[in-house]
Amino acid sequence: MNEQKRPNAEQVLAHARDLRWKISSNLHERLLEGIYTEASRLAERAVSRPDSPPRFDLDRAIDRLVTSRIWGFPIMLLLFTLIFWITISGANIPSGWIAHLLLDKLHPLLKGLAANSILPVWLQGLLVDGMYLSTAWVVSVMLPPMAIFFPLFTLLEDFGYLPRVAFNLDQIFKRTGAHGRQALSMMMGFGCNAAGVIATRIIDSPRERLIAIITNNFALCNGRWPTQILLATLFVGTLVPAQLAGLISALTVVGVALLGILLTFLVNWFLSRTWLKGEVSTFSLELPPYRPPRILQTIYTSVIDRTIFVLWRAVVFALPAGALIWLSANIHIGDLSVAEHLINILNPIGLFLGLNGVILVAYIVAIPANEIVIPTILMLTVLLTGMNSVGSGAGVMFQLESNQATLGVLQAGGWTLLTAVNMMLFSLIHNPCSTTLFTIFKETGSKKWTVLSALLPLTLGFIVTFLVAHVWRLIAAIS
Amino acid sequence: MNEHKPIETIQPGCESCPAHHAANLLKLGVDMQDWDYVVALAGNPNTGKSTVFNALTGLRQHTGNWPGKTVARAEGGMEYAGSRYKLVDLPGTYSLLSTSVDEEIARDFILFGQPDVTIVVVDATRLERNLNLVLQVLEITDRVVICLNLMDEAKRHGLTVDDRRLARDLGVPVVPTVARYGKGLDALLQSIHDVAAGKLRTKPYRIQQFSKELEGTISDLSKKVRAVFPNLPNPRWVAIRLLDGDERIIEAFEKGDLGELSQNTTESVELQPQLSRGHAK
Repeated sequence: MNEQKRPNAEQVLAHARDLRWKISSNLHERLLEGIYTEASRLAERAVSRPDSPPRFDLDRAIDRLVTSRIWGFPIMLLLFTLIFWITISGANIPSGWIAHLLLDKLHPLLKGLAANSILPVWLQGLLVDGMYLSTAWVVSVMLPPMAIFFPLFTLLEDFGYLPRVAFNLDQIFKRTGAHGRQALSMMMGFGCNAAGVIATRIIDSPRERLIAIITNNFALCNGRWPTQILLATLFVGTLVPAQLAGLISALTVVGVALLGILLTFLVNWFLSRTWLKGEVSTFSLELPPYRPPRILQTIYTSVIDRTIFVLWRAVVFALPAGALIWLSANIHIGDLSVAEHLINILNPIGLFLGLNGVILVAYIVAIPANEIVIPTILMLTVLLTGMNSVGSGAGVMFQLESNQATLGVLQAGGWTLLTAVNMMLFSLIHNPCSTTLFTIFKETGSKKWTVLSALLPLTLGFIVTFLVAHVWRLIAAIS
Repeated sequence: MNEHKPIETIQPGCESCPAHHAANLLKLGVDMQDWDYVVALAGNPNTGKSTVFNALTGLRQHTGNWPGKTVARAEGGMEYAGSRYKLVDLPGTYSLLSTSVDEEIARDFILFGQPDVTIVVVDATRLERNLNLVLQVLEITDRVVICLNLMDEAKRHGLTVDDRRLARDLGVPVVPTVARYGKGLDALLQSIHDVAAGKLRTKPYRIQQFSKELEGTISDLSKKVRAVFPNLPNPRWVAIRLLDGDERIIEAFEKGDLGELSQNTTESVELQPQLSRGHAK
């Protein structure tokens, strides 16, 4: 039926085009003006304001403080440091409990059950030592920090603080040649980059939206917070006296997050002067009223929606990854296992970048989900160093009673402070996970921009770790 | 889809009793089988659309105290007074004349999705700006209920909003609410039901702003638009958009998308699971 109507539709359109020339050119302005005038008139009739101005406006007072030129940024840093400090110092103990339950108690039980079953030995190993242990590890390492971090962050959001952060940042975003609303999509990226990429829909100019999509990856996501928190605790926190450890670790994590924001600005600036040149759009950012956070409801939704969701995703990816790692550690080609071959190939490149082969292998395994980077690294390190006292055989994830044990394993694997620092940097600056890349592809509909979104941060990650490693070694050689 | 089966199981007297409403509401969550009516939730950013949506459907679409949180549409179901409703939570927009993807999703749905009722959630503390959108929605559809939300905030700022006068002026029901604490939702449900079932005839306020000559041109073009797409509910609005040179409407007109009413599927629906599970942060 459309076939018959289409010429007719074209005629009507042509007619409309002709009419547009004839009618006065300010139709759009008249439309808007009519709407504004009427809205104003109707609102005037319905709303009565108090005769005297309100005695004291709390919202305005808070706003003046948290968005002030002097205090805005310090308050921002203080709040985020506080959140990470509570997360880091609060997560250790429950982490230990869960590890004790899942690894010390449940694992031997399952192993016993499997041993008495009719399953072949290799399948027992694959299921219990590979899949179960990797999952248990993910749960014990990730659940406690997330269960503390997400409710705190959500409370801050429910209160109405995030738009103020965006407000503080939007001028800088504009100066880097991007859209001020990118501050909001970046805030979303701090939870999940895939969600952050979808959130760029609020940006109406395609040029600025692309910039926001490509740079969203520099906002640390759920999958990477645990890596940062763990490494900061292990390697940086231990450099200072015990009373300061929590605070210094928290500051380190905040520092990495800030570096991510700085990189966002730099890459914005670069893109808006090279491939994505154009005008900066103007927009108005609205500051919503502060609302007393609904504590119970926030805790409920943040636990259900975020903590469980992220954990579930981690577990879903950890199961096959655990199996894969177990297999690669137990299938031998010549004298060495597949995993060892791979690590040996990548080791020179890794060391050149101040990382190591294990880390690079872990990042290849973890393309589907950043969450499993740390478990993979630990398992491969144990495998490589043959620390059988900690584990119980090749490709077995092991009991880690305390952070001290984790530190011991990594140090045995040749880790130094440089490795940890570069690992934290690389965790911040590398390709987005496959979910995010898929979302980018769906949102941009372009293979070119998707590939660029993957390669740009990866290249940048190599450059940054290379520079840090070489400057570090240079300084070490001089002193 | 909507004319026949409002199954009235309640005694006539009970319907008007406020105590009965809460009991009448059945939150269906994502169960949206065989709905009788489609209800769209529109409004400016950060007025509490998602909070209203959650309160009515029992879903836990992530809500956040910041504008622009819902960028795709979310859908959920509820049952009230014997009728089943599909609720669609749209992204917040300041206007329907604009160009970003989220605003387009909202506009397309109100335009082409032909909801049985469009609820416009309005921030009582910023009435003037919110009315800009209300007036534009009223140009497109007459089945509108205004949810005058954040009444507690208005009170906190010492503002009094006369909802009855507003209702008279706009010609559609206006229900004051505090969605965050579930206040006024009973009355909102009743209004939605009344408008959906056609019990309440609305007389939406339309702006008279053009000269006689221009009005003549518009109504002339409207007739031609109607000739091409006879099922279009708002040819006048489309005519004005064409005269204004709205690229998207012209494109929809050319492709015949305007004719395929209520078959609106945007890609946003596929992306929705990621958001509704609430890691939208």
